[in-house]
Amino acid sequence: MFEYCADPKSLEGLQWLSCYLTTGTHLRFYASFGTVLMLLAITAPIALLFGFGGALASRSLIAPVRWFGKIYTSMVRGVPDIVFFMFVPIALDQLFEYLRSRVYCDASVPVRQGNDFVVCAAAKLPRADAAAWVFDVYGMFLAVLAFALVFGAFASNVLYGAMQSVPRAQLETAEAYGMTQRQVTRRVLIPQMWVYAVPGLSNLWMILIKATPLLFLLGVEDIVYWARELGGSKTQSYAYPHPDWRLYYFLVILAFYLLMTAVSERVLARVSRRLSLGQATMAGEAMRKAAT
Amino acid sequence: MSCVQTIADYGLRSIGIGERLLPRGDFDLCTQVTLIGSGMLWNLYFGTLSVIFGFFIANGLALAKASENPWLRKPADGFIFLFRGSPLFIQFFLGYQLFVLLPRAGIELFGITVATGWLTKAWAGALIVLILNTAAYSAQIFHGALQSVPKGDIEAADAYGLTGWKKFRRVVWPTMMRLAWPSYTNEAIFLFHATTLVFFSSFPAFAQQGDSLYYANYLADKTFNPFVAYPIVAAYFILLTLSLIAIFGIVNRRLNRHLPGATQKIRYRPKLIR
Repeated sequence: MFEYCADPKSLEGLQWLSCYLTTGTHLRFYASFGTVLMLLAITAPIALLFGFGGALASRSLIAPVRWFGKIYTSMVRGVPDIVFFMFVPIALDQLFEYLRSRVYCDASVPVRQGNDFVVCAAAKLPRADAAAWVFDVYGMFLAVLAFALVFGAFASNVLYGAMQSVPRAQLETAEAYGMTQRQVTRRVLIPQMWVYAVPGLSNLWMILIKATPLLFLLGVEDIVYWARELGGSKTQSYAYPHPDWRLYYFLVILAFYLLMTAVSERVLARVSRRLSLGQATMAGEAMRKAAT
Repeated sequence: MSCVQTIADYGLRSIGIGERLLPRGDFDLCTQVTLIGSGMLWNLYFGTLSVIFGFFIANGLALAKASENPWLRKPADGFIFLFRGSPLFIQFFLGYQLFVLLPRAGIELFGITVATGWLTKAWAGALIVLILNTAAYSAQIFHGALQSVPKGDIEAADAYGLTGWKKFRRVVWPTMMRLAWPSYTNEAIFLFHATTLVFFSSFPAFAQQGDSLYYANYLADKTFNPFVAYPIVAAYFILLTLSLIAIFGIVNRRLNRHLPGATQKIRYRPKLIR
């Protein structure tokens, strides 16, 4: 990074530190914070979408759709989420490869042979000759899908509860005006449910933030991966030898997460204030009284 | 090999009794169920002990957080923020690194050498992290409950002339417990779920003696088939969750026994009200 970094062994003190903290691997460590934020930014909307679908499905008048919604919603109850994080990526990967193998390979060869899962080269995902970044992107894609599936189920729990909390009278009034079921859902139910959903969704956001280190378990090169790589003790054969510094790296990660939760708490408190304004709830009533 | 033989060989594998080596080729359903079940012993060990120890610490923390004295309140606030604001996964890593840094030979304390090597083992190190974590979450729940103890109850206690410890023990604390119990049930269930993280964070599994998810992961890796091992873990945990709800439900009924008709069935809302 800097010119004086050419010979790190001769450096001392702050100069050494400034060189050490700007090595190529360190820059990738800093970039991995971006990976985590990106995962959050991608996963949250998809999970909300899944949750929305799940909640609407569990309210559906068509029985099979309702069953599907109920099963999806209760899927995460009682089972640790990490089991899903381990299970979903492998399961999806095998599902994709199985489907592709039925199309691209000889369909008479079974994919399960004893303790092996075998598909022909054409059905491999990603293809064996693909570039390294394709594997990274594919791994990240599976990870995002796993997160979205699990948190979608949580979100659908929250949204289903919120939809049930919208006063029945509101929906009946809308029906009395002659709105169809779809119109009631779109014009009355969905705009009113948010205020009931916000506490649950805020909580969910906090849990999502705190679940991001699990990316490490899914093989993504995230902050935990780099902290372990960089912090581990380096012998004299490295340019920057140092003892085991993993503790300090993890303290940085800890500070990062504490900052994230502290900022989120502030923002979410504002959002919930904003949504309570003019609502017929206790918080809304308190704000009305405070204003007059 | 019959299933009974498998259970005899691997039923207590996770705590070092029975076969030394894990099965290699032949992974039938019985082997998988037995091995994962033996791993559940660790989940039960971590969960039960940390719920018990965490409960007492949480009570103290909740009272400290509600205290007027800033010397008590601020540290409690900080502790709760630290453990609720960061991922348990990172806490495990940090805890492990801290314990590793302790001098291997032990610390000299008042002339006595305190051994520290056992802290890097999962049974002690991970347990300590779990206890502190659940203490912080439960303290938040108990503090919330303490704040919502009805004013009338306290005024009634004053009218009876109850003061200090007696007032707390007879009036405030039972009501606090009663109000906190449904949320606390959820926290306990979540804690048992969190025990699956232990062997996936830094704590090494000594001689492949891990928890249920550790074995499930091992089996899924060996058989390339996630559709058997993981559902078995899921089934075990659903059973565990149901029994926890039953046990905590009994306590809930006892806490509410003076209020006819007030006993609400505890509904498990996964993790959403932590």
